Amino acid sequence: MSASQGSTNTNTEPWGSFDDNIIIQGSGSAVIDMENMDDTSGSSFEDMGEIHQRLKEEEEVTAEAAATEEDNGEDGEFLGMKGLKGQLGRQVADEVWQAGKRQASKAFNLYANIDILRPYFDVEPNQVRNRLVESLIPVRMINFPQKVAGELYGPMMLVFTMVAILLHGMKTSGTVIREGTLMGTAIGTCFGYWLGVSSFIYFLAYLCNAQITMLQMLSLLGYGLFGHCMVLFITYNVHFHSLFYILWLVIGGLSTLRMVAVLISRTVGQTPRLILCGTLAALHMLFLLYLHFAYHKMVEGILDTLEGPNIPPIQRVARDVPVVANAVVNATIKSISAVLQSQ
Amino acid sequence: MAEVEESSKRMFAGLSDISISEDIPVEGDISVPVRSQNADDDFSTLDEPVKDTILRDLRAVGQKFVHVLYPKKSSALLKDWDLWGPLLLCVTLALMLQGGSADSGDDGRPQFAEVFVIIWFGSVIITLNSKLLGGTISFFQSLCVLGYCILPLTVAMIVCRIVLLGSISSISFVVRLIVVTASFCWSTFASTAFLADSQPANRKALVVYPVFLFYFVIGWMILTFSPSP
Repeated sequence: MSASQGSTNTNTEPWGSFDDNIIIQGSGSAVIDMENMDDTSGSSFEDMGEIHQRLKEEEEVTAEAAATEEDNGEDGEFLGMKGLKGQLGRQVADEVWQAGKRQASKAFNLYANIDILRPYFDVEPNQVRNRLVESLIPVRMINFPQKVAGELYGPMMLVFTMVAILLHGMKTSGTVIREGTLMGTAIGTCFGYWLGVSSFIYFLAYLCNAQITMLQMLSLLGYGLFGHCMVLFITYNVHFHSLFYILWLVIGGLSTLRMVAVLISRTVGQTPRLILCGTLAALHMLFLLYLHFAYHKMVEGILDTLEGPNIPPIQRVARDVPVVANAVVNATIKSISAVLQSQ
Repeated sequence: MAEVEESSKRMFAGLSDISISEDIPVEGDISVPVRSQNADDDFSTLDEPVKDTILRDLRAVGQKFVHVLYPKKSSALLKDWDLWGPLLLCVTLALMLQGGSADSGDDGRPQFAEVFVIIWFGSVIITLNSKLLGGTISFFQSLCVLGYCILPLTVAMIVCRIVLLGSISSISFVVRLIVVTASFCWSTFASTAFLADSQPANRKALVVYPVFLFYFVIGWMILTFSPSP
């Protein structure tokens, strides 16, 4: 307040100059005056109202002075004077916007700082490729703790890829989700497995005194999903049960063996090793089995067991069992009654 | 080197008596009074008829569509980003892909909300990913680019709809496959032309893959769309 009064006093123009108003608001200032820097700076709207009121009063004064100056003719400053109202309003709005933005960015930096995750995404493409390939190669040396990369880019991309593959599988098998959406189920399944099983195995590792951090566990399991992605991609398109079982054992087994070997190398004692690795192996292999059979096109199954002209060629067994069973029962009863009647 | 110093000393000789002592804080405003010239223009956008505002926005959106269809190294999409175009495209796509209720018996086509959420959350995740990998592009600029590059896929959807008005046969499937594949490649190429520049050179592949996956999922949703009988 004193600053503005001081500057008005030193002014020689009768109507006050523009520099006063610009300095008063300080909205365009690139230099932050540290004296005024406190938590309430710019955050109370009463201050804004006060500034606005002060500006309005000054505007009235300058407008009065402008009315008397009107016969001065075209003047660069005079044109600016006419736009002063708009300029004032805009600068007040600007000040309000800056204040709001400062509050929002403070809250954002506190809660949603993505820079926390930045070091985990610091990878090169060839590193990701190498780790993908290594996830299928079990390590030999289990007496020495194996190094596990702590990155999250590869696992996240693998989870999203698996979501896409799962979606494709659900569509081609004609799954109908009644309470929810296809996409929601796919995302929930994949992310739930990755996060849930990682947490569970981390908890078991804590109980069994294994030397592994949560980040390393997430990374390990995430890369272990590479084998799953490959198997599902092949078997959702080529439907041979025997092929699926072979791939399940070979590729699923290799990726499980790798994770198990890494965990064994980081655990001491036979029983803890057995518990930890047995649980992980069971969950990993059973997940692949579940994903294949839950969304499986059962065309071959129907053609094998039921033959009849009145059954449409593509049908899902699990959901249509009552209808088909009814048809079979009806046909049987009709045939029995026909036989009885003919006797 | 000495000559340069000599000449600069001569040039600044007249200013030698101006000195800033260190205990006086240097401060000042960098507000440029150019504003007063634009005051009339900016102020009058509030007074102009609504038709003018809408037409101006539509023209900006249309100009960006042209930039997407012929992707060159231009910064129009990045400098003045807007989210009107992506919203328009997303709503059009979601309306056209909308399915009936799950009880109607046909295989569950995506609901409106599903497509909407996939597009917007997919874009957010790709943007976060590119920022975490050290990209220089801002959050909304990236959303803008990804949204505008859905245009080829929307065009493909319209073409598929027209093709499906005819008979549903394997020929129509092949035609649709070709159209959707072409538009998916176009979308990916267009968006990487804008996004990949903001990444360090050796990490372009890491940013391109999620974009590829995103447009692949949308393209696949378009391809597997079948109209209700």
